[in-house]
Amino acid sequence: MATNDERLQDLGEIRSIMERSTRFISLSGLSGIFAGIYALAGITFAYIFLGYGDLAYEEGIITLPDISSSTFMLYLLIDALTVLILSLGTSLFFSKRKARRKGIPFWDNTAKRLLINMFIPLLTGGILCLILFLERDIFLVISLTLVFYGLALFNAGKYTLDEVRYLGIGEIVCGILAAGFPAIGIIFWAAGFGFFHIIYGVFMYYKYDR
Amino acid sequence: MKNPIENLDRIYESRVRLGIMSVLMVNDWVDFNTFKELLDITDGNLASHLKALEKRNMISVRKQFIGRKPRTSYKATKTGKESFNRHLDALEGIIRRK
Repeated sequence: MATNDERLQDLGEIRSIMERSTRFISLSGLSGIFAGIYALAGITFAYIFLGYGDLAYEEGIITLPDISSSTFMLYLLIDALTVLILSLGTSLFFSKRKARRKGIPFWDNTAKRLLINMFIPLLTGGILCLILFLERDIFLVISLTLVFYGLALFNAGKYTLDEVRYLGIGEIVCGILAAGFPAIGIIFWAAGFGFFHIIYGVFMYYKYDR
Repeated sequence: MKNPIENLDRIYESRVRLGIMSVLMVNDWVDFNTFKELLDITDGNLASHLKALEKRNMISVRKQFIGRKPRTSYKATKTGKESFNRHLDALEGIIRRK
């Protein structure tokens, strides 16, 4: 005869399995490390070759660098999109590899749920940022990319490994700081997209991948 | 009041079968390897428990080929879901009474 304690244990087990089985578990820490490296490379490129460092922010007035400003904007956009596409591609590659190694399917309901819940806030922010970017409000875009990315991760965290939520909170904090101190916003951007990704990636790699 | 212990289904005395049904309550088709990963058990052990549930018509089985690899997936039947819910209600009833 089972005791009440055992029955409570059964209920706890049921709850935990239901939770775990609806989460996407093939995320790899390596994706985070690479995303961070790409972001830092992208910022360095913008700083050195595009002359982002010449952008001045004083009392709300933005002076664009010497090269024709639409060319600058175009290159900056290409730079940012390259970082985004490389990051997504790398994370797809490592997740697929991890799923294959574990012998579980990569594209299942948990993957679908994760993508929908991540991409709705992410696309909303993406479109909004693109509009602001075309309006040349680069300093606001820096803050909002971080904020929306953080919200997307926070939301996605319910459908995958818990740590993703904490990364999300970190990105949101960086985004708000970037809005508060626009003159050094790029430093928070580098911290959020670069260093936080790398720290998160290393942590996740040691915790789940090895 | 009827003793809720009578409503407990003996098939769920095994933690593995309880686990399999928990997964299938919240997911549609789930394949063999996902169960292995979630429940952390060996192939033979898992296969025998799945067989037991299949015999009682609690789950249905589907065999597919993904490329050249066979993939077997499982889904809870209506009977299975009802029996699991009854079992949960019974568990709850017993715990509440004390």
